[in-house]
Amino acid sequence: MKILVLIGNVPDTTTKIKFNADKTAFDANGVQWIINPWDELALTRAMELKEAPGSTVETIVVANVGRSETEGTLRKALAIGADKAIRVDADPLDAAYVATQLARFAGEFDLVFAGIEASDYNGNAVGGMLAEMLGINSVSAVSGLNIEGSQVLVNREIDGGSQTLGVSLPLLAIVQKGIAKEPRIPAMRGIMMARTKPLEVLQPVDAQPLTAIRTFEMPQPKAACRKIGEDQAKELIYLLRDEAKVL
Amino acid sequence: MSVLVYIENWDGKFKKISFELASYASSLAASLNVPAVALSLGKVDNSELSKLSVYGISRILNNPDERFNALDNQAIAKAVAQAAQTTGATCVVLAHNNLGKAIAPRLAVKLKAGLVSAVNGLPVSTEPFVVKKMLFTGKAFGHIEMLSAVKVLTLSSNSFGLAEKQVTASVEFFDPEMVDADFHIQIKQTNKVTGKVLLSDADIVVSGGRGMKAAENWAPLEELAALLGAGTACSRPVSDEGWRPHSEHVGQTGKIIAPNLYFAFGISGAIQHLGGVSSSKVIVAVNKDPDAPIFEAADYGIVGDVAKVLPQFIEAVKEIKS
Repeated sequence: MKILVLIGNVPDTTTKIKFNADKTAFDANGVQWIINPWDELALTRAMELKEAPGSTVETIVVANVGRSETEGTLRKALAIGADKAIRVDADPLDAAYVATQLARFAGEFDLVFAGIEASDYNGNAVGGMLAEMLGINSVSAVSGLNIEGSQVLVNREIDGGSQTLGVSLPLLAIVQKGIAKEPRIPAMRGIMMARTKPLEVLQPVDAQPLTAIRTFEMPQPKAACRKIGEDQAKELIYLLRDEAKVL
Repeated sequence: MSVLVYIENWDGKFKKISFELASYASSLAASLNVPAVALSLGKVDNSELSKLSVYGISRILNNPDERFNALDNQAIAKAVAQAAQTTGATCVVLAHNNLGKAIAPRLAVKLKAGLVSAVNGLPVSTEPFVVKKMLFTGKAFGHIEMLSAVKVLTLSSNSFGLAEKQVTASVEFFDPEMVDADFHIQIKQTNKVTGKVLLSDADIVVSGGRGMKAAENWAPLEELAALLGAGTACSRPVSDEGWRPHSEHVGQTGKIIAPNLYFAFGISGAIQHLGGVSSSKVIVAVNKDPDAPIFEAADYGIVGDVAKVLPQFIEAVKEIKS
């Protein structure tokens, strides 16, 4: 079995977000880039599946759409334990564009993992679009996954509870927190090995984005917090009713 | 031409989020000068369906096929796509919840449509078609132009609210071409959360962080939530410690919520946490540390011990409820 894990290259979650002067582009100066947190958990689960006794997983490939500066993130994925990386050399213009690029080779895999969203543009789109383009099954909000022969047992969150499902391969699993307990940290040996693992660069196919970010905006600054003494805590509840009118 | 909205049901009933979606779709339809059409799949009584007309939906399509209850995103996307084509929809609106998030990307590909998820209001302009959404988990917003003829949008819950506009509505049987092979998932087990307010539905959320000190200290927090009819949530360290389930984790890698009122007890307010709650209308913070960043985001705050404050809150809520 072959597993593909989609890897988003995103600013570290503690990054202070800045834009250029006319607010039309993200200012990447001084930004640390990381593997999108959900993708990192997905890769960790893929590794666990490969290492399980009697596993049929032969290979784990990671892929992204991005310019050469995103290779550090792919190398980190290789250091965690992926066998090979694929980078489509293009700017990720929008979700439909990215999914179109990935659809060229994602069909060769039995199981594809995508994170439920990227922590930068919060799109929730690439995984589902790719599944539809490939014409394969997909399950979203996945918080647990086990392979049982040609079937996959999946835990997913629904609005109002959770479910265990059986789905057949090939499958695209769109994963959220819980899919793996903790993201795996690359060990020194993994980092050394990652340098010699294959990283294939593909040229993009022609595709048109269907959405485009025109301008960015920062949130309105908040008014100062109104402080109440610890002993007057009851008063705060009355303020919520009479002043804020939310009770 | 139309604006089509997919309205999910829970055991045949609609929720507030359903009526918020209906309100949004009919306002969007009015701005585009086209009718608002709703699609409901699964068994829902006519009396329930016609409630959508209170929020400006003039045409309601329904198919009672029980197979849709499995919440199979492929099958539902196929049915919604057919409804979009039948009604000539230029915009299709879904909820930004687990089901909506699963359907929307598949639907967008079927309709060759652009997708913007988690929009928080009506378009900024309709020509060109530009919508606003949160980016970087609440640290910024983006104005996004949709370039395709058909557009798919998911709406953040509690971002638009309810807008009553009673119209006369027709309820029609809708018959998408579905075969058994369109249903791909087999449900082995379902665990429904009962007797609790779902985070995604909650107008008020009561949340606890590491400052709660231990799992067994949650009782007063849960009592306050029960009195207020609120949902319960937690910060990341709390779910990582296993004090509370992952489904309660709000923040950058957990759920993003926007209730009317958010209580943060013993939460320091790391930037990742604030991203998940910053769209809340009013934030109340209780923390021992006067320099905790949560006070930067809060509207009301108490520098103090949660164990002393919670009983006072409970007492005051009992007073105002009686």
